[in-house]
Amino acid sequence: MIPLYWYLVFSIALFCIGLFGVLARKNAVAMLMGIELMLNAVNINLIAFWRYFFAGSTQTDTTRALAFVAIVFVSAAAEAAVGLALIISVYRRRQTIIPEDMNILKG
Amino acid sequence: MILQLFFIVIAAVTLISAIFVVTAKRLMHAALWLVLALFGVAVLFAFLEASFYAVVQVLVYIGAIAILIIFAVMLTRRMMDEKGAQLNKGWWVAAVAAAALFAGLLAALGAWAGFQEGPGAAPDTAVLTQFGIDLVDPSKVAIPFEVASILLLAALVGAIYIAADKKGGKG
Repeated sequence: MIPLYWYLVFSIALFCIGLFGVLARKNAVAMLMGIELMLNAVNINLIAFWRYFFAGSTQTDTTRALAFVAIVFVSAAAEAAVGLALIISVYRRRQTIIPEDMNILKG
Repeated sequence: MILQLFFIVIAAVTLISAIFVVTAKRLMHAALWLVLALFGVAVLFAFLEASFYAVVQVLVYIGAIAILIIFAVMLTRRMMDEKGAQLNKGWWVAAVAAAALFAGLLAALGAWAGFQEGPGAAPDTAVLTQFGIDLVDPSKVAIPFEVASILLLAALVGAIYIAADKKGGKG
């Protein structure tokens, strides 16, 4: 049997890789990819806790955990759609997708 | 035993492709590595007996979000292929921060008593049916579910509005 902490360590590693991507990449699209990795790590965590502590029970907890995951999925989809639309809009106006160059508000 | 071996292989493939996602030189390669990483996560959902979410992961993440990202990469491609660094100048600070977070979370996890827990009773198929009923039951999670769908609708309308080419020309 796979112990719970294997999943947790895996999701911590995935989260940290995604965090590195968000912090270190130059390109805005690549930063969005990092955010997707982080959200996936969160989902693995939620599903693992559901499976190990709530799956077999017949209380409402068991479906509530699943509903939580559904909401993370929906916000991930919304975030990807809006983020990519913003990137395309900025690219069309300023011909760049590097956040460092988007300094029009700089004093 | 064989299950644990499978888990290690899947987890290693996922983590290695995740590392390629954040380090690949060409953005298109990063997007394709992202598809592999998302697929690995879907397999792990199947491992956790969350069959519904394994399917949703393939449909929503690989089918929609990854394709959306590939479209964005292709629409903005002339920008930065090959030449030049893909990482910020201070990338090592980010690496240190990520490694520190990894170590900190591992330490916090190690201090937790439920660390070595084995899995509880397996879910039966009735859980999925119950989940479907609860999603439309006003006394359960119908309201959060509807709010989430309105959030998604608003986000998609907003995305179309933001990305629309209002001048009609080649900007």
